[in-house]
Amino acid sequence: MIRIEKLNKAFGKLKVLNDVNLEFQKGRVISLIGPNGSGKTTLIKSILGLTIPDSGDILLNGKSILKDFHYRNSVGYMPQIGRYPEHMKIHQVFEMMKDLRSTQTLLDEEIIGEFGLNSLLEKRMGTLSGGTRQKVSASLAFLFNPLLLILDEPTAGLDPVATEHLKNKILKKKNEGALILITSHNMSEVEELADRVVFLVDGTIRFNLSVEEIKNDSGETRLGKALAKRLEGGVYA
Amino acid sequence: MRKVLKYVIYDVFRSKMLIGYTLLLFAMCSGMYYLGSGDSKTTVSLLHIVLLVVPLISIIFGTIHYYNSREFIELLMAQPIRRRRILLGEYFGITFSLSVALLIGLGVPIALWDFSESSLILLLVGVLLTFIFTALAFLASVRSADKARGIGSALLLWFYFSVIYDALVLWLLSSFSDYPLEKPVLILTAFNPIDLGRVMVLLKLDTSALMGYTGALYLDFFGSGAGILYSLALLLVWLILPLIFSVKIFAKKDM
Repeated sequence: MIRIEKLNKAFGKLKVLNDVNLEFQKGRVISLIGPNGSGKTTLIKSILGLTIPDSGDILLNGKSILKDFHYRNSVGYMPQIGRYPEHMKIHQVFEMMKDLRSTQTLLDEEIIGEFGLNSLLEKRMGTLSGGTRQKVSASLAFLFNPLLLILDEPTAGLDPVATEHLKNKILKKKNEGALILITSHNMSEVEELADRVVFLVDGTIRFNLSVEEIKNDSGETRLGKALAKRLEGGVYA
Repeated sequence: MRKVLKYVIYDVFRSKMLIGYTLLLFAMCSGMYYLGSGDSKTTVSLLHIVLLVVPLISIIFGTIHYYNSREFIELLMAQPIRRRRILLGEYFGITFSLSVALLIGLGVPIALWDFSESSLILLLVGVLLTFIFTALAFLASVRSADKARGIGSALLLWFYFSVIYDALVLWLLSSFSDYPLEKPVLILTAFNPIDLGRVMVLLKLDTSALMGYTGALYLDFFGSGAGILYSLALLLVWLILPLIFSVKIFAKKDM
């Protein structure tokens, strides 16, 4: 569904993405992991069109996205820290996004109810806690029934109940055939959700393996330990 | 673009700075008419205010708004909206709001006390300078990711056009006072939108006769219909060029 070809990006002299090649099919959950500053967010932002790569290409269903913007109709994005106009009420933010996208697609408002946002709709964005803001971001990401979901540290800051709702929703979307890219530092979460793990260091892909492969290679049953073994003496140390 | 524009205007109209700007203009202009003799001298005083305050407020308001909306702009960029439409939506949202403030703050006193051709040209120059200096503000903002640097370079632009440029022209005039300078000065005017605006208004007033030989040459050139069209066209170039550069840079910008 998505193919990334020889993607390069440098900020000044700093190479952030180094010949990144990736390909993912629909109906999968992909976990992007790597130390801070490894290029995860830059990769995500390149797919979203927020960052313009220096060279290489990104193809969504065979079509290059680099000079296009229509493809974002089928992309849902949950940023690490979502910021919205402070004076807007929650329902106004939802209405604005619906107005701006002006899509004819069916809206998916299920998670808004599960998060209990319906009773908070009159609150202003500026008065919300970090967690509630995350809930708004997540709701917006799912709202337009996207084929590609990009979630940047989705559960950081969410309470346990909301985290469970979000995880269920992610698996549900996966079974409906969406491709979901998640960055996370939480290994148990990765184990629970991901089909594949992509490990990025200094803008280079160290490995791109299924969860089973990682576990079998190391002989460990827990992904966290298996990864730790794999990375022994490696980059996190 | 129209949808982005709608939300920008909604946002800007809530800002206290815009209301303050309207009230400040209104107070200064009605004060001038109230205290002044109400003839062309008042218009000259108003002209000085407009030439000083409008570019300054436009350039400060434009940069501050841009940097404060960066997260909102990023949110819009992740939606299926063309980048050009996002930037132009922001631009016209601000210029529209600032122009409304100017039309109320300056236009209402004019309509009440001195509804004349020269006052209307003053109003037009004010609106044009709003558009020009907001475009320059955007150019400075999209070029720099750092807020302090962006606002700094925008202020420097304003300082250059309001103060340094005139000083340079004066220095040039005094250094080469033995030579005929009318044509070079005429050309130099084109490189400063504030000067262009000043000349456009002054030449509609009787006082332009007091400007001496150069003034007569100016009157000869700018006072005619062709001269007005020429300066209008130049002001539009001053508006369009920075805007085009901003859109070009914004289209390739990393967020």
